Amino acid sequence: MKLNTNSNIYTIVYAAVVVIIVAFLLAFASSVLSGRSNANEQNDKKKQILASLGERDVQDADVQTTYEKYIMADMIINDKGEILNEGKNKDKDGFAVARKGISKDCLPVYKCMADSVEFYVIPLVGKGLWGGIWGYMAVNGDGKTVKGVYFSHESETAGLGSLIKDDVNFQLQFNDKLLYDSTWNVVLTLKKNGLADKQSQTECDGISGATLTGNGVNNMIKEYLNLYKEFFRKNLEEKTVNQ
Amino acid sequence: MSKLFSKDNQKVFLEPLNINNPILIQVLGICSALAVTAKLEPAIVMGLSVTVIMAFSNVIISLIRKTIPNRIRIIIQLVVVAALVTIVSMILKAFAYDVSVQLSVYVGLIITNCILMGRLEAFAMTNGPWESLLDGVGNGLGYAWILVVVGGVRELLGSGTLLNIRLIPQSFYDAGYMNNGMMTMPAMAMILLGCVIWVHRSFIKE
Repeated sequence: MKLNTNSNIYTIVYAAVVVIIVAFLLAFASSVLSGRSNANEQNDKKKQILASLGERDVQDADVQTTYEKYIMADMIINDKGEILNEGKNKDKDGFAVARKGISKDCLPVYKCMADSVEFYVIPLVGKGLWGGIWGYMAVNGDGKTVKGVYFSHESETAGLGSLIKDDVNFQLQFNDKLLYDSTWNVVLTLKKNGLADKQSQTECDGISGATLTGNGVNNMIKEYLNLYKEFFRKNLEEKTVNQ
Repeated sequence: MSKLFSKDNQKVFLEPLNINNPILIQVLGICSALAVTAKLEPAIVMGLSVTVIMAFSNVIISLIRKTIPNRIRIIIQLVVVAALVTIVSMILKAFAYDVSVQLSVYVGLIITNCILMGRLEAFAMTNGPWESLLDGVGNGLGYAWILVVVGGVRELLGSGTLLNIRLIPQSFYDAGYMNNGMMTMPAMAMILLGCVIWVHRSFIKE
């Protein structure tokens, strides 16, 4: 008997069978590969954090040891500067917060140590011209100056906006800039290319041809520095009291 | 063996590389050709991914072509392509993370690449698995080499590098040479592609 491949029942059964087979295949592939790709993602995140504090070009194999050398704890705080989670459980607290999970009541802070000097790394998340942008900013223990930054992006224009990630010199110019003035207003700004005052403590130069991406970076920095302001303020006050 | 590489089969493989190129002649798959060619490396990976997916989907569809109900054949083709694309993007994430980050959404968009659907509908639905494999690989490579040419020119003139290796020496920049920012925009890819088609047509007369 020849099957009638045009009958309704055959069509429905065929579609169902195909979909079930494909679903099983995909589920299988996903569960086999998810371990590896998750590890890759975490490794990449650690690499970005390390890049922000000045350890660029870390080999994949050394990421874990370098990361552990610097990062003491991944805390979670809120925008009032209260520490909600001390982050002692290795990568399970602040580190586990995804970019989309960051809110004013859930702000990750990485507490770091280099040459027995304490400093902090905070995440930055914002919108570029075409898609999301993000970064990490290492802030010195005084809570007021930049130790280093790293930016990355989803889909900024290759060769223009994408330079926020690829142009190391663009990121390096943030080093030692001032974040807040004496009354804790955010003063760090990213100007349009060529407009920044080279002597200024607070101005950085944007990328030529990528003004809109630059605006995104500027807004992102402003927003997140405001969110973390209280934390740095309290932190500095405690330190001065202890001394 | 002689049958596997007969004249007809050679033609199936070689035609899409040149005289029946999917991009140059059929003008299919333009959208992704514009999007991923700002640099050479993503262009190469994209070309290879499309070739692999096209080969596999052609073979799979060709194997089950006699069982596919006519009324839902496009949907079945889409399901097969979508499954393959998802698997490839998962493999890239697991084994070539950096590249998968660079290609980001474009791997997913292979699903909508018109060349794929075109070949499945026009070739794999009516030909055997071996011919379909040749056709898939041929079309994939035909697509890939155009991407590589456009990507190479755009990276060289737009960023002064090839595969991120600096080719235009610093002394050129010191002397006043500037990278052509236009080259990094998709619009320039369109113009370049037009030039490639122009050159191609002036050599190959139908």
